[in-house]
Amino acid sequence: MTETKDFQRGYLNMELLRFTTAGSVDDGKSTLIGRLLYDSKAIFEDQMEAIERASEQKGDEHVNLALLTDGLRAEREQGITIDVAYRYFATPKRKFIIADTPGHVQYTRNMVTGASTANVAIILVDARNGVLEQTIRHGYIASLLRIPHAIVCVNKMDLVGYSEKVFLDIQKKFKELSMKLDIQDFRFIPISALKGDNVVERSENMDWYDGPTLMYLLENIYISSDLNYVDGRFPVQYVVRPQAEKFHDYRGYAGRIASGTFEPGDRVAVLPSGFTSTIKSVDTMKKSLEQAFAPQSVVLTLEDDIDISRGDMIVKENKMPEISQDIEMMVCWLSETPMVMNGKYSLKHTTSDAKCIIKDLPFKININTLEKNYEDKSLSLNEIGRIRIRTTKPLYYDPYRRNRVTGSIILIDEATNNTVGAGMIV
Amino acid sequence: MEKYNLNHLRILEAESIYIIREVAAQFERPVLLFSGGKDSIVMFYLARKAFWPAKVPFPLMHIDTGHNFLETLEFRDQLMKKTGATCLVRLVQDSIDQGKVVEETGVNASRNILQTVTLLDAIEELKFDAALGGGRRDEEKARAKERFFSHRDEFGQWDPKNQRPELWNLFNGKKNMGEHFRVFPLSNWTEMDVWQYIYMEDVEIPDLYYTHKRKVFYRDGVWLADAPFMVKKDTEEVVEKDVRCRTIGDITCTGMTLSKANSLEDIIDEVAATRVTERGGRYDDKRSEAAMEDRKKEGYF
Repeated sequence: MTETKDFQRGYLNMELLRFTTAGSVDDGKSTLIGRLLYDSKAIFEDQMEAIERASEQKGDEHVNLALLTDGLRAEREQGITIDVAYRYFATPKRKFIIADTPGHVQYTRNMVTGASTANVAIILVDARNGVLEQTIRHGYIASLLRIPHAIVCVNKMDLVGYSEKVFLDIQKKFKELSMKLDIQDFRFIPISALKGDNVVERSENMDWYDGPTLMYLLENIYISSDLNYVDGRFPVQYVVRPQAEKFHDYRGYAGRIASGTFEPGDRVAVLPSGFTSTIKSVDTMKKSLEQAFAPQSVVLTLEDDIDISRGDMIVKENKMPEISQDIEMMVCWLSETPMVMNGKYSLKHTTSDAKCIIKDLPFKININTLEKNYEDKSLSLNEIGRIRIRTTKPLYYDPYRRNRVTGSIILIDEATNNTVGAGMIV
Repeated sequence: MEKYNLNHLRILEAESIYIIREVAAQFERPVLLFSGGKDSIVMFYLARKAFWPAKVPFPLMHIDTGHNFLETLEFRDQLMKKTGATCLVRLVQDSIDQGKVVEETGVNASRNILQTVTLLDAIEELKFDAALGGGRRDEEKARAKERFFSHRDEFGQWDPKNQRPELWNLFNGKKNMGEHFRVFPLSNWTEMDVWQYIYMEDVEIPDLYYTHKRKVFYRDGVWLADAPFMVKKDTEEVVEKDVRCRTIGDITCTGMTLSKANSLEDIIDEVAATRVTERGGRYDDKRSEAAMEDRKKEGYF
């Protein structure tokens, strides 16, 4: 019995942390990820052999750890990363999901995608180059997508003689520039991904730095308060109606709690009808729960018989979301076909489908300088702007900065079915 | 906030259930691809959780190469009986008999690639518009870039360079007539997560995963199970060993692990200590560096 308990402690009490990595082409991002994977033993012998073989064939001097993440034939042939790759590793404390976004082609689109689900953004800065335009861009996207924590890794410290001054100057410059950004939690670490300084092991070359290593931070950064446990929001995904004698009158609403908590006895309202009721039970296959919270997937039953279907939202009565057909949002354009003013698009918001018309583009942002452009009314691939849309039916939403689930929207081109815009409701 | 903590397995579970429900809601005729391996067993378990107390609102389908372990088929039939679910079976042998594919010959002959034709035919015949699979991104590098909702054109092909961006938890399953989606709810799980989950939830799995005595022979660093249809070289000697399966596919390409693990605890310890990937024992991936990508583009699982 004790043995079983030890076993559980060792393997089952891990938290999950999702992070994204941002860096320019030669900032050493692949090397850093390779180092994290390698030092946490997430790279296996056969994978290592395979990339050693491939590096040798290509005549690379070092084992090219980028080959670990560049999985597609075209990527390996051209030596570039095309798409967001997901990588996994675990330590006894946490399981990590890395959204590794490429440094050049389609940069903004990919970083926005990777950032949309991340708790932490790692922003890499080359110690020799300092803070560049793209560093601002990385910081801006992390802030726009409301990643709660950003870790700025000043990399290649070995190439600047492990100089404290270089590190402090970059930190100061970055802090100045990030005044305009909206991230609560910024950390700075001097590292050398190649040599391993302050990645997993403390650096012996930088005794002036007494902060944590990157791995320590990733394992310990406090993420439990990242989710919104205040506003009860339950987008209905699917109505569960068993056609069985035993559950004759059962009518349950399946969904994933977007934010807040739900428990039997809670007063709730159903949108859009506005009917109110009380939660009867919170069900899962194994047992009914006394309380459920974000991001659990459960089935709710209500005391009253109300007509509810997919796309409706069950909310706590005490804190209602906003309801409107005129929505203003920041949008990142993801398609090679530019946005069409007054054009019609399909949209997805929580479990709800609707259509919309683009009514206005008040301004767009130069993501390298953070300047606003009020003149240009076009929005093309990788550009970010503020738009106003009119929807075919009311949406129930919260501002994105308050709720990443009920505040996000994707726009879909009706002709191609492609996802063309990523919207964050203001 | 401490009381609102979920461990990594509960978060993965919630994500997968959400995706399975999205499939039921967004598509007209989904199907769950079932192989009898642990990933598809966990998939089916999650699907049952997703719709409980109602039944899973779509069928399962097994593409049977005819080269499966007998234990896998028995397990499948038992599981269907116990849960009252339906599992459709389509046979690669039928595709061979119809002349749609040609059986490979020689020592490394396998029906693994032939499955793609049988699968795509079945999807077309039964008009499935979404096929749920147990693929995971940690399995293979071509899978690392696959979406949860992965679009397939009217020929069943995957275009890895031209995938739809996937943001937040908003999944775009819109498509034209004749196209379909492959959906991978376990994308974010690792091999270890699957085993820990099986342990945590006490999910039943075939005995093949536990140690047992079996007649095997050694080829290119992999122990393969002996069976009447396995073509052996003269130098390959059949011996009896204590082995277990780390993955279960068809016999021709499933490497056996020498192991004495007879409990889930043992298996988890073994997975934690191992230094070779799960697919390192899969013969089908050794054919070339882009073997998986090439198969997937054609419409493989």
